[in-house]
Amino acid sequence: MVAKGKGGANKKEKISLALIWKQRYLLMMSLPFVIWIIIFKYIPLWGWTMAFQEVKPATFALPIWERPFAGFANFTKAFEDRLFKQTMINTLGISILQIAVGTIVAILFAVLLNELMFTKFKKVTQTISYLPHFVSWVIIASIAKNIFNDGGVVDSLVGANLHLMSTNSPLIWMVIVIIDCWKEMGWNAIIYLSSMAGIDPGLYEAAQIDGANRFQRMWHITLPGIRPTIIVLLIMSIGGALNVGMERQMLLSNALVQDHTMVLSWFSYTRGIKSSDYGLGTALGVFQSVVGVTLLMIANKIASLVGEDKLV
Amino acid sequence: MKNLHKTWFDYFLLLFFAIILVVTLYPFMNVLAISLNDATDTIKNINFIIPRHFTLANYKYVFKEGGIVQPLFISIAKTVIGTLAGVICTAMLAYTLSRRDFVFHRFFTLLFVITMYVGGGMIPEYLLIVRTLHLGDNFLVYIIPGLIWVYNMILVRSFIDGLPGALQEAAKLDGANDFQIWYKVVMPLCTPVVATIALYYAVGQWNSFMDTYLYAKKLPTLQYKLYEIMSQATMQLDTHTTTNATQAVTPMAIRMAVTVVATVPIIIVYPFVQKYFVGGMTLGSVKD
Repeated sequence: MVAKGKGGANKKEKISLALIWKQRYLLMMSLPFVIWIIIFKYIPLWGWTMAFQEVKPATFALPIWERPFAGFANFTKAFEDRLFKQTMINTLGISILQIAVGTIVAILFAVLLNELMFTKFKKVTQTISYLPHFVSWVIIASIAKNIFNDGGVVDSLVGANLHLMSTNSPLIWMVIVIIDCWKEMGWNAIIYLSSMAGIDPGLYEAAQIDGANRFQRMWHITLPGIRPTIIVLLIMSIGGALNVGMERQMLLSNALVQDHTMVLSWFSYTRGIKSSDYGLGTALGVFQSVVGVTLLMIANKIASLVGEDKLV
Repeated sequence: MKNLHKTWFDYFLLLFFAIILVVTLYPFMNVLAISLNDATDTIKNINFIIPRHFTLANYKYVFKEGGIVQPLFISIAKTVIGTLAGVICTAMLAYTLSRRDFVFHRFFTLLFVITMYVGGGMIPEYLLIVRTLHLGDNFLVYIIPGLIWVYNMILVRSFIDGLPGALQEAAKLDGANDFQIWYKVVMPLCTPVVATIALYYAVGQWNSFMDTYLYAKKLPTLQYKLYEIMSQATMQLDTHTTTNATQAVTPMAIRMAVTVVATVPIIIVYPFVQKYFVGGMTLGSVKD
């Protein structure tokens, strides 16, 4: 309310029918989309009420006040589900691995690319590096099958059967994280590279005069220069730690490794849509959102405690 | 700029990034080579990037008997229609929300921005679309629920904010109404940002898979068809068991040919558009 800026000459115009009539074209151009967003984004939010009700296909058609109220029964049912514990372990395991490996690889890629002197080659490398980002997960999964499946490219390179995608163990987490890294590394590096472009070149010159070598310059100038960006992106990824995409998990999984690829969103789909327990599925979704927001706030708090700017 | 003579480290970096390029491109070339290779020959060893026995039989089979013509058509239709509808609606909405004098400017903007942070989630959305609105297995399910991405709307709005306001004032004095100002004055100036969001929508539509999986399995897209082919194959490498004795086509050869067909549009547009993508990304990061 305060930050209205300088250009607000007519800032407090009263909402009157005459004014609305005057702006009828603007209203006609925006109202359909307002209705659209209320239907497609706000009504599903209202659907959160289902988490506290017993909703099955038979009771779904009933008006909300006639559905049986369940309190927190859906949540207890979810937490006591035989798959819940393993699902949480998988979700957090994959997330943590991915945040750690993904962040380090993207930063390393950006820092080294920034040092590359062959300008034309640098441009080509960067352009090609984010090509996989634009390829769908279905295609990536199809490609990954060639590379990691039994008898695939990796197996034939090392001359042994490694069972990379057919061992029922957290090994599959690593495979998924590597594939994700391969797909997103170049894209994630863009933001670091653009933040490096904002570092004062004078710092590098001064360091050079003081006798700092290249590694010292990377360590003491480039990395501290992109520190705020790293912190912001880390906070955001911690906030999204439970939102491991169902699409990727499902596509890269198979019956042999499913115990270790099931994540929260997929679990919510299995219980909510496949088994038609709408209340339970919604409860899992609500749990995911609420924990996500909590994690975001905690990460944000920690960042401000260690002296970084707050994100939200 | 820093020191002009190159050291060992520079050549090390050159080598390092050359390896990165190989690792990035090899899987794609491998897929292409397998799709163009004789299927029974592929069984021996799949690790190659130049077809050993060149053939187009895999593609012939896929287009004639593989049932990808309809999915291909659906994918193209949803990409074209979804992109057109998305761009027009996004630009129109963005213009109204760029008008600070619009009475509902603040309220409507808030309504849209909130949805970037909170959402109902998968189950409530599924129930709304399939059970309440009965859009399941209807082509509209590809267009309407994902019509506008709020992020794209903000991109366009901040672009319009950067345009000189005098043009709009002049048009207004000439008696143009707000709709005319939008499509005669503002839209022609918005070409760069419109190109950017059109690409976002097009790639999103072409690549999307979950919409078919959740809502419209009877209207399979190319991505979904590829998923079906993949889930039919076993854990073992699907090179074995020829499906058709006379044509000697394996499930893997089929999968590779479909993978190439689904990837080619992205690869073709990629060199022309990648600068817009990146432009959009950095534009978004400095927006506030």
